[in-house]
Amino acid sequence: MWLGVNDGLGANPIEFITHFTGTWTLVGLLTTLSITPLRKISGWNWLIRLRRMLGLFAFFYACLHFTTYIWLDQFFDMQMVVKDVIKRPFITVGFLAFVLLIPLALTSTNAMMKRLGGKKWQRLHRLIYAIAVLGVVHYWWLVKKDITQPLIYALVLAVLLGIRLVFKAQIRIPVVMPKHNPE
Amino acid sequence: TRLSGIVSSPYSTSEEKTPYKDVTTYNNYYEFGTDKSDPAENAQGLRTRPWTISVEGAVKRPKVWDIDALLKAFPIEERIYRLRCVEGWSMVIPWEGFALANLIRQVEPTGSARYVEFTTLHDPAQMPGQRSSVLNWPYTEGLRLDEAMHPLTILAVGLYGQTLPNQNGAPVRLVVPWKYGFKSAKSIVRIRFVEQQPKTAWGRAAPSEYGFYSNVNPQVDHPRWSQARERRIGEFFKRKTEMFNGYGEQVAQLYQGMDLRKNF
Repeated sequence: MWLGVNDGLGANPIEFITHFTGTWTLVGLLTTLSITPLRKISGWNWLIRLRRMLGLFAFFYACLHFTTYIWLDQFFDMQMVVKDVIKRPFITVGFLAFVLLIPLALTSTNAMMKRLGGKKWQRLHRLIYAIAVLGVVHYWWLVKKDITQPLIYALVLAVLLGIRLVFKAQIRIPVVMPKHNPE
Repeated sequence: TRLSGIVSSPYSTSEEKTPYKDVTTYNNYYEFGTDKSDPAENAQGLRTRPWTISVEGAVKRPKVWDIDALLKAFPIEERIYRLRCVEGWSMVIPWEGFALANLIRQVEPTGSARYVEFTTLHDPAQMPGQRSSVLNWPYTEGLRLDEAMHPLTILAVGLYGQTLPNQNGAPVRLVVPWKYGFKSAKSIVRIRFVEQQPKTAWGRAAPSEYGFYSNVNPQVDHPRWSQARERRIGEFFKRKTEMFNGYGEQVAQLYQGMDLRKNF
Protein backbone atom coordinates (compact mmCIF):
# COMPACT_ATOMS: atom_id res chain seq x y z
CA MET A 1 0.00 0.00 0.00
CA TRP A 2 2.75 2.37 1.02
CA LEU A 3 4.57 1.65 -2.21
CA GLY A 4 1.44 2.20 -4.25
CA VAL A 5 0.73 5.59 -2.71
CA ASN A 6 4.33 6.69 -3.10
CA ASP A 7 4.76 5.66 -6.72
CA GLY A 8 7.00 2.81 -5.65
CA LEU A 9 5.47 0.19 -7.93
CA GLY A 10 7.42 1.33 -10.97
CA ALA A 11 6.32 1.78 -14.54
CA ASN A 12 4.40 -1.47 -14.65
CA PRO A 13 2.57 -1.76 -11.32
CA ILE A 14 0.56 -4.84 -12.26
CA GLU A 15 3.67 -6.74 -13.21
CA PHE A 16 5.21 -5.62 -9.93
CA ILE A 17 2.23 -6.88 -7.92
CA THR A 18 2.22 -10.16 -9.82
CA HIS A 19 5.89 -10.74 -9.10
CA PHE A 20 5.59 -9.57 -5.51
CA THR A 21 2.72 -11.90 -4.63
CA GLY A 22 4.30 -14.78 -6.54
CA THR A 23 7.60 -14.36 -4.73
CA TRP A 24 5.92 -14.33 -1.32
CA THR A 25 3.92 -17.43 -2.18
CA LEU A 26 7.14 -19.29 -2.95
CA VAL A 27 8.86 -17.94 0.15
CA GLY A 28 5.86 -19.03 2.21
CA LEU A 29 5.90 -22.53 0.71
CA LEU A 30 9.62 -23.02 1.27
CA THR A 31 9.46 -21.66 4.81
CA THR A 32 6.62 -24.04 5.58
CA LEU A 33 8.70 -26.89 4.22
CA SER A 34 11.67 -25.89 6.34
CA ILE A 35 9.81 -26.38 9.64
CA THR A 36 10.04 -30.15 9.84
CA PRO A 37 13.77 -30.40 9.03
CA LEU A 38 14.57 -27.51 11.36
CA ARG A 39 12.59 -29.14 14.12
CA LYS A 40 14.30 -32.46 13.68
CA ILE A 41 17.74 -30.95 13.57
CA SER A 42 17.33 -28.48 16.39
CA GLY A 43 14.90 -30.39 18.53
CA TRP A 44 12.80 -27.26 18.90
CA ASN A 45 9.39 -28.76 18.84
CA TRP A 46 7.63 -25.47 19.30
CA LEU A 47 8.45 -24.72 15.65
CA ILE A 48 5.61 -26.97 14.59
CA ARG A 49 3.13 -24.45 15.87
CA LEU A 50 4.28 -22.04 13.18
CA ARG A 51 3.73 -24.46 10.34
CA ARG A 52 0.01 -24.00 9.83
CA MET A 53 0.31 -20.25 9.94
CA LEU A 54 3.13 -20.28 7.39
CA GLY A 55 1.19 -22.59 5.11
CA LEU A 56 -1.81 -20.32 5.24
CA PHE A 57 0.45 -17.35 4.59
CA ALA A 58 1.59 -19.04 1.40
CA PHE A 59 -2.02 -19.75 0.47
CA PHE A 60 -2.97 -16.15 1.15
CA TYR A 61 -0.32 -14.88 -1.25
CA ALA A 62 -1.21 -17.55 -3.78
CA CYS A 63 -4.79 -16.23 -3.69
CA LEU A 64 -3.58 -12.66 -4.22
CA HIS A 65 -1.30 -13.84 -7.03
CA PHE A 66 -4.13 -15.74 -8.72
CA THR A 67 -6.55 -12.83 -8.27
CA THR A 68 -4.01 -10.45 -9.78
CA TYR A 69 -3.74 -12.70 -12.79
CA ILE A 70 -7.49 -13.22 -13.25
CA TRP A 71 -8.46 -9.66 -12.53
CA LEU A 72 -5.67 -7.22 -13.35
CA ASP A 73 -4.01 -9.25 -16.06
CA GLN A 74 -6.91 -10.95 -17.82
CA PHE A 75 -9.88 -8.83 -16.63
CA PHE A 76 -12.04 -11.90 -16.12
CA ASP A 77 -11.80 -12.83 -19.78
CA MET A 78 -12.40 -16.47 -18.89
CA GLN A 79 -12.03 -17.70 -22.44
CA MET A 80 -8.57 -16.19 -22.48
CA VAL A 81 -7.78 -17.63 -19.05
CA VAL A 82 -8.79 -21.15 -20.06
CA LYS A 83 -6.72 -20.88 -23.22
CA ASP A 84 -3.78 -19.60 -21.22
CA VAL A 85 -4.01 -22.37 -18.64
CA ILE A 86 -4.14 -25.06 -21.31
CA LYS A 87 -1.61 -23.63 -23.73
CA ARG A 88 1.06 -22.04 -21.58
CA PRO A 89 3.00 -24.65 -19.64
CA PHE A 90 4.17 -22.20 -17.00
CA ILE A 91 0.59 -21.13 -16.35
CA THR A 92 -0.60 -24.74 -16.38
CA VAL A 93 1.76 -25.75 -13.59
CA GLY A 94 1.13 -22.57 -11.65
CA PHE A 95 -2.60 -23.06 -11.86
CA LEU A 96 -2.27 -26.69 -10.84
CA ALA A 97 -0.20 -25.71 -7.81
CA PHE A 98 -2.84 -23.20 -6.80
CA VAL A 99 -5.68 -25.70 -7.16
CA LEU A 100 -3.79 -28.26 -5.09
CA LEU A 101 -3.27 -25.71 -2.35
CA ILE A 102 -7.01 -25.28 -1.86
CA PRO A 103 -7.73 -28.64 -0.16
CA LEU A 104 -4.75 -28.11 2.10
CA ALA A 105 -6.03 -24.72 3.21
CA LEU A 106 -9.54 -26.11 3.69
CA THR A 107 -8.29 -28.95 5.89
CA SER A 108 -5.97 -26.81 7.94
CA THR A 109 -8.32 -26.39 10.88
CA ASN A 110 -8.17 -28.54 14.00
CA ALA A 111 -11.67 -29.74 13.33
CA MET A 112 -10.79 -30.93 9.84
CA MET A 113 -7.66 -32.62 11.11
CA LYS A 114 -9.72 -34.59 13.60
CA ARG A 115 -12.33 -35.41 11.05
CA LEU A 116 -9.83 -36.78 8.58
CA GLY A 117 -7.67 -38.49 11.16
CA GLY A 118 -3.93 -38.08 11.40
CA LYS A 119 -2.90 -40.62 8.78
CA LYS A 120 -5.24 -39.41 6.10
CA TRP A 121 -4.60 -35.77 6.89
CA GLN A 122 -0.91 -36.29 6.62
CA ARG A 123 -1.14 -38.14 3.35
CA LEU A 124 -3.21 -35.33 1.92
CA HIS A 125 -0.82 -32.68 3.14
CA ARG A 126 2.13 -34.36 1.49
CA LEU A 127 0.73 -32.63 -1.57
CA ILE A 128 2.80 -29.67 -0.51
CA TYR A 129 5.88 -31.39 -1.96
CA ALA A 130 4.28 -31.48 -5.38
CA ILE A 131 2.93 -27.95 -4.95
CA ALA A 132 6.34 -26.55 -4.10
CA VAL A 133 7.93 -28.29 -7.09
CA LEU A 134 5.20 -27.00 -9.39
CA GLY A 135 5.64 -23.53 -7.93
CA VAL A 136 9.36 -23.46 -8.63
CA VAL A 137 8.86 -24.89 -12.14
CA HIS A 138 6.22 -22.20 -12.73
CA TYR A 139 8.81 -19.53 -11.90
CA TRP A 140 11.58 -21.23 -13.87
CA TRP A 141 9.53 -21.50 -17.05
CA LEU A 142 8.34 -17.94 -17.07
CA VAL A 143 11.79 -16.38 -16.84
CA LYS A 144 13.13 -15.22 -20.17
CA LYS A 145 16.79 -15.93 -19.66
CA ASP A 146 18.35 -15.05 -16.34
CA ILE A 147 17.44 -18.07 -14.22
CA THR A 148 19.47 -17.03 -11.16
CA GLN A 149 16.41 -16.37 -9.03
CA PRO A 150 14.43 -19.53 -9.87
CA LEU A 151 17.64 -21.49 -9.46
CA ILE A 152 17.99 -20.26 -5.88
CA TYR A 153 14.44 -21.36 -5.10
CA ALA A 154 15.06 -24.70 -6.77
CA LEU A 155 18.22 -25.29 -4.75
CA VAL A 156 16.54 -24.42 -1.46
CA LEU A 157 13.68 -26.74 -2.34
CA ALA A 158 16.09 -29.51 -3.32
CA VAL A 159 17.83 -29.18 0.05
CA LEU A 160 14.54 -29.19 1.94
CA LEU A 161 13.28 -32.27 0.12
CA GLY A 162 16.70 -33.93 0.16
CA ILE A 163 16.93 -33.66 3.94
CA ARG A 164 13.69 -35.54 4.19
CA LEU A 165 15.06 -38.37 2.08
CA VAL A 166 18.16 -38.52 4.23
CA PHE A 167 16.08 -38.67 7.38
CA LYS A 168 13.93 -41.36 5.91
CA ALA A 169 16.87 -43.47 4.79
CA GLN A 170 19.02 -43.10 7.88
CA ILE A 171 16.79 -42.91 10.85
CA ARG A 172 13.70 -44.65 9.63
CA ILE A 173 11.68 -43.10 12.36
CA PRO A 174 8.04 -43.33 11.67
CA VAL A 175 6.91 -39.82 11.08
CA VAL A 176 4.76 -39.06 14.05
CA MET A 177 1.90 -36.66 13.83
CA PRO A 178 2.49 -33.73 16.08
CA LYS A 179 0.21 -33.85 19.06
CA HIS A 180 -2.11 -30.98 18.91
CA ASN A 181 -3.02 -29.85 22.33
CA PRO A 182 -6.31 -28.11 22.38
CA GLU A 183 -5.51 -24.49 22.90
CA THR B 1 21.97 17.98 -23.49
CA ARG B 2 19.20 19.36 -25.65
CA LEU B 3 19.28 18.52 -29.31
CA SER B 4 18.66 21.39 -31.69
CA GLY B 5 17.22 21.76 -35.17
CA ILE B 6 14.88 18.81 -34.85
CA VAL B 7 12.29 18.44 -37.59
CA SER B 8 9.03 16.59 -37.13
CA SER B 9 8.10 13.60 -39.24
CA PRO B 10 4.93 12.31 -40.88
CA TYR B 11 5.85 8.88 -39.52
CA SER B 12 5.13 9.98 -35.95
CA THR B 13 2.08 8.73 -34.10
CA SER B 14 -0.17 11.15 -32.26
CA GLU B 15 -0.79 8.67 -29.47
CA GLU B 16 -0.13 9.76 -25.92
CA LYS B 17 3.55 9.57 -25.09
CA THR B 18 4.81 7.39 -22.25
CA PRO B 19 6.17 9.62 -19.47
CA TYR B 20 9.91 10.33 -19.63
CA LYS B 21 10.39 8.77 -16.22
CA ASP B 22 8.95 5.42 -17.33
CA VAL B 23 10.85 5.45 -20.62
CA THR B 24 14.11 5.94 -18.74
CA THR B 25 13.61 3.71 -15.69
CA TYR B 26 11.85 0.65 -17.13
CA ASN B 27 14.37 -0.85 -19.51
CA ASN B 28 15.55 -4.15 -20.86
CA TYR B 29 19.26 -3.72 -21.34
CA TYR B 30 20.95 -6.88 -20.11
CA GLU B 31 24.41 -5.35 -20.42
CA PHE B 32 23.50 -3.48 -17.26
CA GLY B 33 21.50 -6.17 -15.45
CA THR B 34 18.37 -8.21 -16.03
CA ASP B 35 15.94 -6.25 -13.87
CA LYS B 36 14.01 -3.44 -15.50
CA SER B 37 15.40 -0.97 -12.98
CA ASP B 38 19.03 -2.11 -13.37
CA PRO B 39 19.97 -0.15 -16.50
CA ALA B 40 18.98 3.23 -15.04
CA GLU B 41 21.15 2.44 -12.02
CA ASN B 42 24.12 0.76 -13.66
CA ALA B 43 24.45 2.53 -17.00
CA GLN B 44 25.52 5.89 -15.60
CA GLY B 45 29.20 4.92 -15.80
CA LEU B 46 29.09 4.24 -19.54
CA ARG B 47 31.43 6.63 -21.37
CA THR B 48 29.88 7.67 -24.66
CA ARG B 49 32.81 9.87 -25.75
CA PRO B 50 34.99 9.18 -27.57
CA TRP B 51 32.83 6.76 -29.56
CA THR B 52 33.15 5.40 -33.04
CA ILE B 53 30.85 3.36 -35.23
CA SER B 54 32.49 1.24 -37.88
CA VAL B 55 30.39 0.78 -41.01
CA GLU B 56 31.98 -2.09 -42.86
CA GLY B 57 31.62 -5.36 -44.72
CA ALA B 58 30.17 -5.68 -48.19
CA VAL B 59 30.30 -1.98 -49.05
CA LYS B 60 32.22 0.14 -51.51
CA ARG B 61 33.05 2.90 -49.03
CA PRO B 62 33.50 1.56 -45.52
CA LYS B 63 33.74 4.29 -42.95
CA VAL B 64 34.50 4.70 -39.26
CA TRP B 65 32.22 7.40 -37.95
CA ASP B 66 33.01 9.55 -34.98
CA ILE B 67 29.81 9.96 -33.02
CA ASP B 68 29.94 13.77 -33.03
CA ALA B 69 30.42 13.82 -36.78
CA LEU B 70 27.56 11.38 -37.19
CA LEU B 71 25.29 13.61 -35.11
CA LYS B 72 25.87 16.46 -37.55
CA ALA B 73 25.86 14.44 -40.75
CA PHE B 74 22.13 14.00 -41.23
CA PRO B 75 19.11 16.10 -40.29
CA ILE B 76 17.72 14.90 -36.96
CA GLU B 77 14.03 14.12 -37.00
CA GLU B 78 11.59 13.50 -34.21
CA ARG B 79 9.94 10.09 -34.61
CA ILE B 80 7.22 9.30 -32.12
CA TYR B 81 6.97 5.53 -32.34
CA ARG B 82 5.16 2.76 -30.57
CA LEU B 83 7.53 0.28 -28.97
CA ARG B 84 6.28 -3.25 -28.32
CA CYS B 85 8.38 -5.49 -26.11
CA VAL B 86 8.32 -9.24 -26.72
CA GLU B 87 7.35 -9.56 -23.04
CA GLY B 88 3.92 -8.05 -23.65
CA TRP B 89 4.23 -4.40 -22.68
CA SER B 90 4.47 -1.32 -24.84
CA MET B 91 5.32 2.37 -24.79
CA VAL B 92 5.09 5.40 -27.05
CA ILE B 93 8.48 7.09 -27.29
CA PRO B 94 9.53 10.33 -28.99
CA TRP B 95 12.90 9.41 -30.48
CA GLU B 96 15.29 11.74 -32.22
CA GLY B 97 17.31 10.25 -35.01
CA PHE B 98 17.68 9.82 -38.73
CA ALA B 99 16.78 7.17 -41.26
CA LEU B 100 19.38 4.42 -41.31
CA ALA B 101 18.97 4.44 -45.10
CA ASN B 102 20.81 7.80 -45.20
CA LEU B 103 23.88 6.21 -43.74
CA ILE B 104 23.58 3.06 -45.82
CA ARG B 105 23.44 4.97 -49.11
CA GLN B 106 26.69 6.71 -48.22
CA VAL B 107 28.65 3.49 -47.89
CA GLU B 108 27.21 1.97 -51.07
CA PRO B 109 26.52 -1.67 -50.27
CA THR B 110 27.73 -4.12 -52.89
CA GLY B 111 25.57 -6.72 -54.59
CA SER B 112 26.45 -9.35 -52.02
CA ALA B 113 25.18 -7.24 -49.09
CA ARG B 114 21.90 -8.93 -48.22
CA TYR B 115 21.80 -8.45 -44.48
CA VAL B 116 23.01 -5.91 -41.96
CA GLU B 117 24.49 -6.91 -38.63
CA PHE B 118 24.56 -4.55 -35.66
CA THR B 119 26.98 -5.01 -32.78
CA THR B 120 26.74 -3.45 -29.33
CA LEU B 121 29.78 -2.33 -27.35
CA HIS B 122 31.50 -5.16 -25.49
CA ASP B 123 33.24 -3.84 -22.40
CA PRO B 124 32.54 -5.69 -19.15
CA ALA B 125 34.39 -2.97 -17.23
CA GLN B 126 31.69 -0.50 -18.20
CA MET B 127 28.85 -2.94 -18.66
CA PRO B 128 28.59 -5.01 -15.49
CA GLY B 129 25.92 -7.27 -16.95
CA GLN B 130 28.47 -8.61 -19.42
CA ARG B 131 30.38 -10.19 -16.54
CA SER B 132 27.62 -12.77 -16.37
CA SER B 133 27.03 -15.08 -19.28
CA VAL B 134 23.29 -14.56 -19.46
CA LEU B 135 23.71 -13.83 -23.19
CA ASN B 136 26.56 -14.37 -25.63
CA TRP B 137 28.37 -11.03 -25.67
CA PRO B 138 28.65 -8.84 -27.57
CA TYR B 139 24.97 -8.36 -28.31
CA THR B 140 24.33 -8.68 -32.02
CA GLU B 141 21.22 -8.12 -34.05
CA GLY B 142 20.38 -8.14 -37.71
CA LEU B 143 18.02 -6.93 -40.40
CA ARG B 144 17.50 -7.83 -44.01
CA LEU B 145 18.91 -5.05 -46.19
CA ASP B 146 15.46 -3.93 -47.34
CA GLU B 147 14.30 -3.77 -43.72
CA ALA B 148 17.33 -1.70 -42.84
CA MET B 149 16.66 0.62 -45.80
CA HIS B 150 13.01 1.10 -44.87
CA PRO B 151 12.21 4.73 -44.04
CA LEU B 152 10.75 3.75 -40.66
CA THR B 153 14.06 2.26 -39.55
CA ILE B 154 16.12 4.86 -37.74
CA LEU B 155 19.29 5.29 -35.81
CA ALA B 156 18.20 7.13 -32.68
CA VAL B 157 20.50 9.54 -30.91
CA GLY B 158 18.02 11.09 -28.50
CA LEU B 159 14.61 10.94 -26.88
CA TYR B 160 12.30 13.62 -25.59
CA GLY B 161 14.51 16.21 -27.30
CA GLN B 162 17.59 15.28 -25.26
CA THR B 163 20.62 13.17 -26.09
CA LEU B 164 19.93 9.52 -25.48
CA PRO B 165 20.20 8.49 -21.81
CA ASN B 166 22.74 5.70 -21.32
CA GLN B 167 20.09 3.22 -20.20
CA ASN B 168 18.25 3.71 -23.49
CA GLY B 169 21.24 2.79 -25.63
CA ALA B 170 23.47 5.88 -25.82
CA PRO B 171 25.08 7.24 -27.84
CA VAL B 172 23.36 5.64 -30.83
CA ARG B 173 20.88 2.82 -31.19
CA LEU B 174 18.64 1.24 -33.73
CA VAL B 175 14.85 1.66 -33.64
CA VAL B 176 12.72 -0.66 -35.77
CA PRO B 177 9.17 0.08 -34.63
CA TRP B 178 7.36 -2.85 -36.25
CA LYS B 179 9.56 -5.44 -34.58
CA TYR B 180 9.84 -6.49 -30.95
CA GLY B 181 12.06 -4.19 -28.96
CA PHE B 182 15.05 -6.52 -28.66
CA LYS B 183 15.67 -6.23 -32.41
CA SER B 184 16.73 -2.63 -31.88
CA ALA B 185 20.37 -2.96 -30.83
CA LYS B 186 21.71 -0.36 -28.41
CA SER B 187 25.05 1.42 -28.00
CA ILE B 188 26.15 0.38 -31.47
CA VAL B 189 29.83 0.18 -32.35
CA ARG B 190 29.66 -1.74 -35.63
CA ILE B 191 27.33 -1.98 -38.59
CA ARG B 192 28.40 -4.70 -40.97
CA PHE B 193 26.95 -5.65 -44.34
CA VAL B 194 26.95 -9.38 -44.97
CA GLU B 195 25.66 -11.99 -47.36
CA GLN B 196 24.41 -14.56 -44.84
CA GLN B 197 21.67 -13.98 -42.30
CA PRO B 198 23.58 -12.94 -39.18
CA LYS B 199 23.22 -14.72 -35.86
CA THR B 200 21.43 -12.68 -33.23
CA ALA B 201 22.03 -12.64 -29.49
CA TRP B 202 18.54 -13.81 -28.53
CA GLY B 203 18.39 -16.22 -31.45
CA ARG B 204 21.49 -17.95 -30.14
CA ALA B 205 20.12 -17.98 -26.60
CA ALA B 206 16.76 -19.52 -27.48
CA PRO B 207 16.29 -20.21 -31.21
CA SER B 208 12.77 -21.54 -30.80
CA GLU B 209 11.61 -18.41 -29.00
CA TYR B 210 13.27 -15.50 -30.78
CA GLY B 211 13.32 -15.71 -34.55
CA PHE B 212 15.34 -13.57 -36.90
CA TYR B 213 12.38 -11.52 -38.07
CA SER B 214 10.57 -11.05 -34.75
CA ASN B 215 7.93 -8.86 -36.32
CA VAL B 216 5.21 -7.85 -33.90
CA ASN B 217 2.46 -10.34 -34.66
CA PRO B 218 -0.57 -10.95 -32.43
CA GLN B 219 -1.33 -14.21 -34.25
CA VAL B 220 2.01 -15.83 -33.60
CA ASP B 221 2.46 -16.45 -29.91
CA HIS B 222 5.73 -16.66 -28.14
CA PRO B 223 6.07 -20.37 -27.24
CA ARG B 224 5.48 -19.54 -23.59
CA TRP B 225 3.06 -16.65 -23.66
CA SER B 226 0.41 -15.05 -25.83
CA GLN B 227 1.22 -12.02 -27.98
CA ALA B 228 -2.41 -11.15 -28.66
CA ARG B 229 -2.51 -8.31 -26.19
CA GLU B 230 -0.18 -5.90 -24.51
CA ARG B 231 -0.10 -3.58 -21.56
CA ARG B 232 0.70 -0.04 -22.56
CA ILE B 233 2.81 1.31 -19.71
CA GLY B 234 0.67 3.70 -17.70
CA GLU B 235 -2.61 2.09 -18.73
CA PHE B 236 -4.76 -0.17 -16.60
CA PHE B 237 -6.46 -2.27 -19.24
CA LYS B 238 -4.59 -4.33 -21.76
CA ARG B 239 -5.03 -3.43 -25.41
CA LYS B 240 -5.00 -5.58 -28.51
CA THR B 241 -1.64 -5.91 -30.17
CA GLU B 242 -1.69 -4.80 -33.79
CA MET B 243 -0.07 -6.60 -36.69
CA PHE B 244 3.40 -5.16 -37.31
CA ASN B 245 2.75 -3.00 -34.25
CA GLY B 246 0.34 -0.91 -36.33
CA TYR B 247 2.87 -0.23 -39.09
CA GLY B 248 1.46 -2.82 -41.46
CA GLU B 249 0.51 -0.28 -44.11
CA GLN B 250 4.14 0.71 -44.45
CA VAL B 251 5.92 -2.60 -44.00
CA ALA B 252 3.60 -5.50 -44.86
CA GLN B 253 4.87 -5.59 -48.45
CA LEU B 254 8.34 -6.47 -47.19
CA TYR B 255 7.00 -9.86 -46.20
CA GLN B 256 4.70 -10.66 -49.09
CA GLY B 257 4.47 -14.36 -49.75
CA MET B 258 6.36 -15.25 -46.57
CA ASP B 259 4.97 -17.63 -43.99
CA LEU B 260 5.21 -15.45 -40.91
CA ARG B 261 4.52 -18.38 -38.64
CA LYS B 262 7.63 -20.07 -39.93
CA ASN B 263 9.63 -16.87 -40.26
CA PHE B 264 8.70 -15.62 -36.80
